[in-house]
Amino acid sequence: MIRLTIDGEPIEVQEGRTLLEACREHDIPIPTLCYHPALKPYGACRLCVVELDHPSGSSKLVASCVHPCEEGAVVRTNSEAVKRNRRVTAELLLAGAFDAPEIVALAKGLGVEEPRFRMEESESCVLCGLCVRACDEIVGVRAISLIHRGMAKKVATPFEISSATCIGCGTCVLICPTGRLKLSDVTGYRGVHPWDNTFHRLYCRVCDDEDLRETRLQEATDLIADMEASE
Amino acid sequence: MQVSISEIHEIINKEASGDGSLIAALEEIQARYRYLPPEALILASERLGVPLSQTYAVATFYGAFSLEPKGKICIQVCMGTACHVRGSPQLLDRLETQLGIKAGETTRDQLVSLERVNCLGACALGPIVVTDGDYSGQMTLSKVDRLLKSIAKSEAEA
Repeated sequence: MIRLTIDGEPIEVQEGRTLLEACREHDIPIPTLCYHPALKPYGACRLCVVELDHPSGSSKLVASCVHPCEEGAVVRTNSEAVKRNRRVTAELLLAGAFDAPEIVALAKGLGVEEPRFRMEESESCVLCGLCVRACDEIVGVRAISLIHRGMAKKVATPFEISSATCIGCGTCVLICPTGRLKLSDVTGYRGVHPWDNTFHRLYCRVCDDEDLRETRLQEATDLIADMEASE
Repeated sequence: MQVSISEIHEIINKEASGDGSLIAALEEIQARYRYLPPEALILASERLGVPLSQTYAVATFYGAFSLEPKGKICIQVCMGTACHVRGSPQLLDRLETQLGIKAGETTRDQLVSLERVNCLGACALGPIVVTDGDYSGQMTLSKVDRLLKSIAKSEAEA
């Protein structure tokens, strides 16, 4: 066990936990955007910053989602520096995604109503990387990635054409906090916007899932055959 | 330039040993074809076991890689602060007018690509124009004209 102090309270956590996990375990609220319990921490949104005191008397802001708990650490989650930093971060996020309810609510919770900045051509994407990481870590197909860099950076499929590996599961759409990705359902087809992939819908008799993809049918049939053979 | 699948295969196979060989392989292909053909990205992904989305992300991230065919000769104009105040915007302007392309583009005959770079670390020589790795310092409009003439001449001879 590791002992540390968070907001003046002595706390014990298991080794290997991050500061954010320790705080969540002890019901200390920390706002997050790019963090998802099912995914590896990414440290992109910087909303989860906390102040870490150094024995020399100085302190620094660290992203709690990626910072490990260390023995004897003194952490403040709600100091003025932390609050100020989070407010600016929220303003910047809001500048690019002012029409995304989840971002607006997050900013409001931090005391930001109207951002000082506004991006002219906003596509609402805040580059949190949730969709890309979910496609990799949860679905395992890695159909999308963050391409280009700087201002041109965006989420896209290779060559920005419909992807050959996308299975149309819609996980990227479900996990997106800004609504930039939309699942547009067309009768008989399922399109995952904006990858331009459309899939024929098939009906699965086992799980009642309407969204079985055509190419998945063979995989499922093979899987069942394998299972029966091994029995 | 004709893209040869077997040649790309050869390059990738040469680089395929060990981790982190993706960038090395892409660099080789970029050096050979002066750009990364889509086929090369797909082959590299398959051979090196890197998802295509990842390969595409790497290829678009680095300025050293281009997905568009580049010209035979690459002219880079430094737009760093020192070169900027010494008049490099006028040099770039002249090059753009003379070549009939904007920075980042390639002439239609695939001869010259024009690029703006941010700092070459030789500010004392500014304004700098680099032609295929050759640094020319203290550039002036007339020197730029001479450079373009010599390129046209050597191309006519070749």
